[in-house]
Amino acid sequence: MQKEVMFAGFGGQGILSIGKILAHAAMEEGKEVIWIPSYGPEMRGGTAYCMVVISDRKIGSPIIKRPQHLVAMNRPSLDKFAPEVKPEGVILINTSLIPVDAGRSDIDEVKVPASDIANSLGSMRSANIVALSAFTARSGIVEFDTMKQCVKNEFMKKPKVLELNMLAVEEGKNAAVN
Amino acid sequence: MGKVFQKPEAMSSNHTHYCPGCTHGIIHRLIAEVIDELGIMGNTVGIAPVGCAVLAYNYFECDFQEAAHGRAPAMATGIKRVRPDLTVFTYQGDGDLASIGMGEIIHAANRGEKFTTIFVNNAVYGMTGGQMAPTTMPNQKTSTSPFGRDVESVGMPMKVAELLSALQTPAFITRQTVIKPKYITRTKKSIKKAFEYQLANKCFSLVEVVSTCPTNWGMTSLDAIKWTEETLLPYYELGDKKLPE
Amino acid sequence: MGKILMKGNEAIGEAAIRAGCLNYFAYPITPQSEVAEYLSKRLPEVDGVFLQAESEVAVAYMIFGASGAGERVFTTSSSPGISLMCEGLSYVACAECPAVYVNIIRGGPGLGGILPSQADYFQATKGGGHGDYRLIVMAPDTVQEAVEMVMRAFPLAEKYRNPVMILGDGLIGQMMEPVEFPDHLKTEPSNKNDWATTGMDTRKSKTKNIVKSLFLDPAELYKKNIILKEKYDIIKEEEVMYDTYNMDVDYKMLIVSYGTMSRVCSTAIDLMKADGFEVGMLRPQTLFPFPEKEIFAAAQKESVKMLASIEMSMGQMVEDVERSVKGTRPVEWYGKAGGEVPTPEEVIEAVTSMYNKECA
Repeated sequence: MQKEVMFAGFGGQGILSIGKILAHAAMEEGKEVIWIPSYGPEMRGGTAYCMVVISDRKIGSPIIKRPQHLVAMNRPSLDKFAPEVKPEGVILINTSLIPVDAGRSDIDEVKVPASDIANSLGSMRSANIVALSAFTARSGIVEFDTMKQCVKNEFMKKPKVLELNMLAVEEGKNAAVN
Repeated sequence: MGKVFQKPEAMSSNHTHYCPGCTHGIIHRLIAEVIDELGIMGNTVGIAPVGCAVLAYNYFECDFQEAAHGRAPAMATGIKRVRPDLTVFTYQGDGDLASIGMGEIIHAANRGEKFTTIFVNNAVYGMTGGQMAPTTMPNQKTSTSPFGRDVESVGMPMKVAELLSALQTPAFITRQTVIKPKYITRTKKSIKKAFEYQLANKCFSLVEVVSTCPTNWGMTSLDAIKWTEETLLPYYELGDKKLPE
Repeated sequence: MGKILMKGNEAIGEAAIRAGCLNYFAYPITPQSEVAEYLSKRLPEVDGVFLQAESEVAVAYMIFGASGAGERVFTTSSSPGISLMCEGLSYVACAECPAVYVNIIRGGPGLGGILPSQADYFQATKGGGHGDYRLIVMAPDTVQEAVEMVMRAFPLAEKYRNPVMILGDGLIGQMMEPVEFPDHLKTEPSNKNDWATTGMDTRKSKTKNIVKSLFLDPAELYKKNIILKEKYDIIKEEEVMYDTYNMDVDYKMLIVSYGTMSRVCSTAIDLMKADGFEVGMLRPQTLFPFPEKEIFAAAQKESVKMLASIEMSMGQMVEDVERSVKGTRPVEWYGKAGGEVPTPEEVIEAVTSMYNKECA
């Protein structure tokens, strides 16, 4: 069984970073995993995306045309990638920055005001963790606790950021479930 | 009575291929004498250039590597960085060092690589048959400047010692010549000093040696010495250009 | 130690250290600059040598110098940078110095792009620099295999006193995968005092070693060429590495593909299998030596109607595949270049259409 998640947004939104955290979590669970960044000229232009492929056997093609899931942190990302998501996939929309729907009836749309939630917690910078947490809770792609542990590991050396991100993990989960 | 004159141990007994009146032989000997005096023959690596001294490894008794054109300072960097205990010197001409290899020598000097460069400047490409070099004098005729070096078109001759001295990294940089015995003594002192700076792990060192090329200048050996004194030395002024202190 | 998630470029740097190579000279170029960034922090921890050179040209000769002095040394670069090093590679090959080069290929020709490509196949396997010389060329398909190949490259380079190149592509360098590092290699470069410029004092004979590639006497240079050819012939016999996929069935078509491209093909093969179309794949892990005999043998299977060389280039390896099958089966090429990587769906379409055209 292979699943792919596309994380996409502006540069600086921590897109690559949440992709890595999910990849770590999948590895912790003994799965095969690849994390593929966008490293083309677009990364200078302000948009960033990465693909995480998770499988229970050796992963063949690292080139994925249609991902299973999408985490869209800004509107250009949603516009660009939403049509590609496979049916029954999860599309997470950061409604703080995206005023529209995915326009798909065959997917599971999760609307989370990730940036606003992060702001209310004290820093816009944890919007990515809110989104990751909401996406994980909804998709069940890895165990929620594994993901949470990987967020902890990632920020272990920065206690203040860790504290904030632990709150972001809880709020993201709540937002996805409601 | 003991011997009063013999070839240095660091020099091989091979006959050199250099032309009559060429000063490479003298400079080789001075380096070999210094290597002997410092007792470093068994721990020294030379780098031969592309140019007349391409076969220099045949004339020295120490380990040698043969570089590509202009790349001797990069090779010396490679050796010295991984084996700082070896004494490393490059032996380069003006086409090799000042033209195709200018990038490598500037960066090696600027990094303060702890090797020694002997830079032989005879104002012309020797091995390839007397073409214009970056060091060729204004109006000097060569096989590629048959009407004389046109400075309007190709600029003024490059003063390597002064150019490298402008770098802010400490170094020992000097210009000498070997056209007369009094100069030879000074050149040897400079070469020795250059190696001593390296042995003390102090700095990059370069000895520019203004030399003759009677064959490609189209002169007798004596005229070549005279021309060097009258034309080259006023432009390429002798002396220490930079000291590490 | 267990698996860690690592970017290909960083894993390559770490693998070199674990192979006992503590000397690295390089110049930044996308998409492999992370190797230098990683090693600039990591090498000082192990008392290694890290130097950012002024150009790839200088790098090539820093490698030559260090390798000629008998020390384990390596560099990494990407296509235009490797082009600049090709002159030096020719010298290093002639002087028979062991050194390891990693090319994380980007799209070309010219300044090209920065996305993944396999368009440097000819450069790596057929020369690049001047004269009759060969590199041992290995092409990994995963970060794990990149690590293993880097660690194998050093002893291989020393065994044959020959430069070894690891041919990756932008994806191998940029993606993260879980890796497990084999134990450190404890071996030291052997017999280096016999040939390298380690100083005359290191030899009982007190004779000098000369590391050079200049042989003005044609008879002497010809002799050198013969020595090199004999070495390359042994390498062809001894060092071929390849992997197979879906070759234990009666496959009708044989794909030859390497590196990232072969992973895309493996997914395509799975999908075609589900549709009842059996396609096998032989994946060369060494591109020189090329698995000629193995491809010939795999092509002789009765069920095999044709072969396809599938590459992220406009048709380079296909020439070696054609050479290998010696006219016994039709050979076609499919690929994309310039940083475009074919998807499994595109591979299926191409393979199906060439099969229908050739064998219907």
